[in-house]
Amino acid sequence: MIRPLEHILIPVGLIAVGGLLGWSFFLAVTGEAGERLAAVALAHVPDSGVSNPVTSVLLNFRAYDTLLELAVLLAALLGIWSLGTAGSGFQPAASVLDGMVAGFVPLLILSAGYMLWVGAYAPGGAFQAGALLGAAGVMLALAGHRNAGLPSEGRLRLLVALGVFVFAMTGLLLMVVGDGFLTYPRGLAKWLILIIETAATLSIGATLAAAYLGGRPAAHPKSGEAT
Amino acid sequence: MTGQVLYAQLLYGGSGIVLVLLGLWSFLVHAPLLRKLIAINVMGAGVFHILVAIAYRGIDTAPDPVPHALVLTGIVVAVSATALALAFGKRLDQ
Repeated sequence: MIRPLEHILIPVGLIAVGGLLGWSFFLAVTGEAGERLAAVALAHVPDSGVSNPVTSVLLNFRAYDTLLELAVLLAALLGIWSLGTAGSGFQPAASVLDGMVAGFVPLLILSAGYMLWVGAYAPGGAFQAGALLGAAGVMLALAGHRNAGLPSEGRLRLLVALGVFVFAMTGLLLMVVGDGFLTYPRGLAKWLILIIETAATLSIGATLAAAYLGGRPAAHPKSGEAT
Repeated sequence: MTGQVLYAQLLYGGSGIVLVLLGLWSFLVHAPLLRKLIAINVMGAGVFHILVAIAYRGIDTAPDPVPHALVLTGIVVAVSATALALAFGKRLDQ
């Protein structure tokens, strides 16, 4: 049986939308591009304190974006926490999985540190490093660690707010003593970016792992811990 | 701009558009919330494809960093929105 909405109207509408999207995409890549932001951004990369163009866009030219993005992560986590406490988690892993996790988690933390540092001049940066830390947390949670290796709730709250706090405080400090909100002075840009990225990495990793738990950390994290 | 770059852009961007349409179709047609959530994520992946295709400027040239930064931002926002939606869905099921 043919339902007219589902089998005719929606596909036809989608094909029309697809045609429009494809046509405008074709025009965008073939047409006269005019002044693109790429040239401006790439020309200013040497002034930005880092040599990786993507990192300089993220942490310098569009630092507002990244600050608000960290705030989005924090808001999502607060939303998850407001819905209730986390479940009881998985049962403790058997020896094979436990051994693998014990080997992989330190490697992930090490790679996160590498990613954070390499982001200044090659693909990498705070988000990639934070994702690796988050993955380490998810791995611990899957192996039965009830709190995914995260600290107790009080310290966890500090940790997830650290990224936004350091970022915003750096911006405000620069507004008071420098050229304006998040306008880095030239000599200090590299170090300010590194400080912000380090705080952001810790926050992102903790936020992702805490979001995976799906609720506020349990009151007694020790019970059910697979140590 | 050489023909090869244009070809790669159209192929990659075109697959992005197909992903957006598939996601949109699934979002409209299927009722379960989990399927809708997956559909939104497929749509998001399509949008990231399109942005990366726009940023591509040949294998020897550095890509346009602005769309790349937008994609990184977008991935993080998509992940946090998905996590929040999953938590909401879990509460709805209880």
